[in-house]
Amino acid sequence: MERQEARVAWTLVLPAVLTILLVALFPLLWTVWESLHLHDLRMPWLGKPFVGIDNYVEAFGDPRFWAALGHTAFFAVTSVGLELIIGLWLALALNRAFRGRGLVRAAVLVPWAIPTVVSALLWRFMFEGQTGIVNSVLVGVGVLKEPVVWFIHPAAAWVPVVLADVWKTTPFVALLLLAGLQNIDASLYEAARIDGATAWRQFRHVTLPLLKPAILVALIFRTLDAFRVFDLIYALTGGGPGTSTEPIALYTFNALLQNLQFGYGSALSVIVFLITFCLAMVYIKLLGAELTGGKR
Amino acid sequence: MRERSWWPVIVLALLVGASAFPFYWTILSSFTPESRLFQPPSLLPSNLVLDHYRALFTERSFWLPIRNSLIVAGATTIFCVSLGALCAYALARLEFKGKAPLLGAILAVGMFPQISVVSPLYLLLRELHLINTYPGLVLPYLTFAMPLTVWLLVGFFRQLPGELEEAAMVDGAGRLRAFWEVIVPLAVPGIATTAILTFVYSWNEFLFALSFTLGPERQTVPVAIALFRGQYQVPWGQILAAAVIATLPVTLLVLAFQRRIVQGLTAGAVKG
Amino acid sequence: MALVRLEGVGKTYPNGHVAAKGLDLEIRDGEFMVLVGPSGCGKSTALRMIAGLETPTSGRIMIGDRDVTSVPPQDRDIAMVFQTYALYPHMTVRENLAFGLRMRGTAPEVIEKRVQEASRALGLDPVLGRRPAQLSGGQRQRVALGRAIVREPKVFLFDEPLSNLDAKLRVETRAELARLHRRLGATVVYVTHDQEEAMTLGWRVAVMRDGFLQQVAPPMELYRGPANRFVAEFVGSPGMNFLPGNAVAGIGQTPSGTTLGVRPHDLTIVAPGAGDADAWVDVVESRGSELLVYLRMGATGDGAELRVVAPPEPQIEEERTVGVRFDRTRLHWFEVETGRRVG
Repeated sequence: MERQEARVAWTLVLPAVLTILLVALFPLLWTVWESLHLHDLRMPWLGKPFVGIDNYVEAFGDPRFWAALGHTAFFAVTSVGLELIIGLWLALALNRAFRGRGLVRAAVLVPWAIPTVVSALLWRFMFEGQTGIVNSVLVGVGVLKEPVVWFIHPAAAWVPVVLADVWKTTPFVALLLLAGLQNIDASLYEAARIDGATAWRQFRHVTLPLLKPAILVALIFRTLDAFRVFDLIYALTGGGPGTSTEPIALYTFNALLQNLQFGYGSALSVIVFLITFCLAMVYIKLLGAELTGGKR
Repeated sequence: MRERSWWPVIVLALLVGASAFPFYWTILSSFTPESRLFQPPSLLPSNLVLDHYRALFTERSFWLPIRNSLIVAGATTIFCVSLGALCAYALARLEFKGKAPLLGAILAVGMFPQISVVSPLYLLLRELHLINTYPGLVLPYLTFAMPLTVWLLVGFFRQLPGELEEAAMVDGAGRLRAFWEVIVPLAVPGIATTAILTFVYSWNEFLFALSFTLGPERQTVPVAIALFRGQYQVPWGQILAAAVIATLPVTLLVLAFQRRIVQGLTAGAVKG
Repeated sequence: MALVRLEGVGKTYPNGHVAAKGLDLEIRDGEFMVLVGPSGCGKSTALRMIAGLETPTSGRIMIGDRDVTSVPPQDRDIAMVFQTYALYPHMTVRENLAFGLRMRGTAPEVIEKRVQEASRALGLDPVLGRRPAQLSGGQRQRVALGRAIVREPKVFLFDEPLSNLDAKLRVETRAELARLHRRLGATVVYVTHDQEEAMTLGWRVAVMRDGFLQQVAPPMELYRGPANRFVAEFVGSPGMNFLPGNAVAGIGQTPSGTTLGVRPHDLTIVAPGAGDADAWVDVVESRGSELLVYLRMGATGDGAELRVVAPPEPQIEEERTVGVRFDRTRLHWFEVETGRRVG
């Protein structure tokens, strides 16, 4: 009976697994293999000699590589941090039942659903030029004395980038946190109230600790996504001005498909993959410890 | 905790406003003549024109990318949901060795940075002469769509009551008959939601579409919009109009099925 | 004539857990056999092996003259009522009842007739068109029952069917089940952890513990002559009292290395010094029809605890010394080491 069940199970599972092997695993292994070779499609006469870890050494000595990593880290920390805080507010607000809640939820969900490049373009438009809506409002209200040309200044260019990302993905974070909130037993709040806890105390001692697993899950998803950011910056700033907003994924893309340095680009790809993998491992360990340790 | 506090209402109003404003502004601007786009703006509609929308279809054949996106997203969804449903059912309801690591591996693949598989996929597709073709996009899309589908459907199948298949078997149905008569009817809402989410993700995909297509014949909507070039300046009016059209289908889907979508996303994540 | 036979049946899971071992059990045609024991004793596993939902790792299972050990559930001609009822949520009550017959290709007229009969017998006529979600717990339970009845199987299997009902409903449904069984003359294998259910419903009761059969006998025999200390402790409420073998002087044989067991109903409270021993009254619970008296042995009350069921009159006061008389004909002796009965 069990053997039959296992056989049926494997028949059902095999097609999907084979597909995934074909389109995901093999390419990844290929990338690793490529990264150990010199392979520049602009200079095909050089062939494809095996160079070991030369590409990686070159990467570690490449200032643009480190800059890209720095941009990515900055972007990840800033946007994920903002998304968590705003998402938590939103989740807390949505946690009470009120008329129109469905409407609010829908309204907030739509930014998440549109293509990232489209959202990037929307925000580009709003920040564009001297008379884009953002400049007009800020100058009109008096926050700015004169309009800022956002996309010319390396530092200023980050503002629309972070805002666009927060606008688009906070709903997702809010949803995850909301689900976590709804899993908290209401009677815990009642017990706390009887014990004399204020709203803030209840939040700190009941809500936050019990929300930790959900927060960690949200962190995992969002951090990994932020590290792989590509669409948003490609369409919003193109990595500019110059390369001052270029994240690591965009640099890799340029190396591969603009400069056709397949060997070097592959090395960058592998580095991105390894960073993502390590981050995921760290989070999963944290989450695992939280789920088992917290059940004491 | 006082029930009637002003804070949540204010926060919500602000957040909803901030969320909706870019849309409002975009839609409004898409109907504004090019010359007035960057003049000191007024927040209220005045002098609306359809110029940009008309230009999209007369000058740019915008229906091409729309057709391409529909075909690619549709094919990906159908393929992933059918294979993924079978796989997810086995993972969620049947017992066999290696189940947990298999699920873990499938999910891990979904976490691969796309950029890490772009170049080999490019070379592979070039070998197979699939660059700038429909299969040349659907195939790479499976890297993220398949794990997504499986993850969502596993969440849905797990929620079905436990002893249903056993009751059906004792009642006289074989395993496959039990699956068809009892499980499938109950899973239809979950499958529908998964299909919607897979479609949305496929529609929105950019990197692969950018890398594996060469021209308007096969470019999808996100790529087409991102690559709009004007002769002298950036054609913002048309870009915005295209943006409105591009987001219309997914927006409608999301609004219609938002409760289901939220359920699907969170069921897998929080309990997963 | 045995209808279901388990011969040396055992089940060991791949992770090493032994759920059942060496089960030799005969279930006679038309009898109501109850498998009872604490959680994890293997009773559900045994039932599922009879159903075919699990395959034994040793031994064989016969239904009638057929060796069904490797036959899948759908071909065994059995019906099962699950603890969670497992009703098909997307089908109406009528469709739920008809499902099994439909799977076997029964003619529609036959299906219709049987569904109507079962529905009438269980009082489900008013809800035939509803879905399970719209029914009460008791109604759902009856649909689960009906689903089994329409199939007219060789054997009915019940997996703790009453545990999801509230106490009062449980007692009512118990009586209904007994009535139904009498009327149908069916062969029933019934699993429960509740010894009271076992004693009231079973024609014979099989007590299980840690995967082994402890004793298979009619309820009264289990009560009067438990084969070991576990069965003695498990059956009967309030539970049997246990004292070291030599705790009470002058009661029949008192060999060392034994434990004396005596039921609360077989002890009488008398004046101090007039019984076999003296004891201190700790707590008295009035149950209306009887008193449950908690005693501590010894005039100063520092000995073992003893529970006694006494008639409601005369009232017994707490914090006093009383005498206890043991019914010599109702004593049980068990080996300390093995728990086996010796007298």
